[in-house]
Amino acid sequence: MKAINILAVGTHPQIMATILRLLNNKPSWHATGASTLTEVLTLGKEQKFDVVLIGAGINENDMLEIKKTYQDIPVVLHYGGGSGLLYAEIYQALNIMPE
Amino acid sequence: MAQTIYHPATSRGLVDLGWLKSYHTFSFGNYYNPAMMHFGALRVLNDDSLDGGKGFGDHPHDNMEIISIPLSGDLKHQDSMDNIAVISDGDIQVMSAGTGIFHQEHNDHEEEVAKFLQIWVYPNKRNVEPRYDQLTLNKAARHNKLQQILSPNADDEGVWIYQNAWFNLGNYDKGLSANYKLKAEGNGAYIFVISGSVKINGQVVSTRDGFGIWETDEFTIEALTDTEFLIMEVPMTF
Repeated sequence: MKAINILAVGTHPQIMATILRLLNNKPSWHATGASTLTEVLTLGKEQKFDVVLIGAGINENDMLEIKKTYQDIPVVLHYGGGSGLLYAEIYQALNIMPE
Repeated sequence: MAQTIYHPATSRGLVDLGWLKSYHTFSFGNYYNPAMMHFGALRVLNDDSLDGGKGFGDHPHDNMEIISIPLSGDLKHQDSMDNIAVISDGDIQVMSAGTGIFHQEHNDHEEEVAKFLQIWVYPNKRNVEPRYDQLTLNKAARHNKLQQILSPNADDEGVWIYQNAWFNLGNYDKGLSANYKLKAEGNGAYIFVISGSVKINGQVVSTRDGFGIWETDEFTIEALTDTEFLIMEVPMTF
């Protein structure tokens, strides 16, 4: 089972907590949260991610910077902030099927 | 020439939790079909039946336009903006999740199943201030004519959302037809038949089937039986 590293970016602390809990419920998924561009850029130097999720509160300029920084991996712009789309959008971005 | 796609009701994903039965036209929750992710900006079309005394606990959303259309029974709504409301058949509820909202929906009627459509549309603007609205529609106004229930404009008929989308409901007698002219270039329409059968562009579309049509300016819906249907016009690119 291949480990999948996910960077979730968003400024809403309660939503971020929910998203990280849902993502980390999957045994082979490892999710890390960031709420600022600085954190995103720092994490990018420390860890290798497979996919980035952009959540609420990230402005257009920061979003463009994040997409530039992570141009080699999928950046998901819409997943609705809850459980409804979360997994499907990641499966699609990584072109994988549920285990 | 118009492009079309037909989704029979039986092609939908079913999630049956006992207290909740939800048919997903597009991938949602634990139902994943990579060929069924969205129709343009229309991302979710769930056909839900919620048992009495049950509900969805507090959960978040962001950056999504979320519309609920009750078909029978009542749903009690509570959210992080201190809204408490009940929606019933004939109402429409809309949430712009924007920067983030938590909400719960509950069927307080122990003996009655609440049936409703849950629809999500990608927004055309991110990080808006969250908002909630609901409206009671005049159901008689859709008998043998189209009733606009949603648009991008706050001062237009129905509720409004942050997207160049228009929704209409129609309740037509057998043998009559509805002509629909798309409002915006580049938009398509997804028709969901709530009950009965219709014919669109030569395709028979029956109860709980879906039919998408785009690259056309207009189309006609012929009622093969007494029927009720929902037309969701959305941008095909966004």
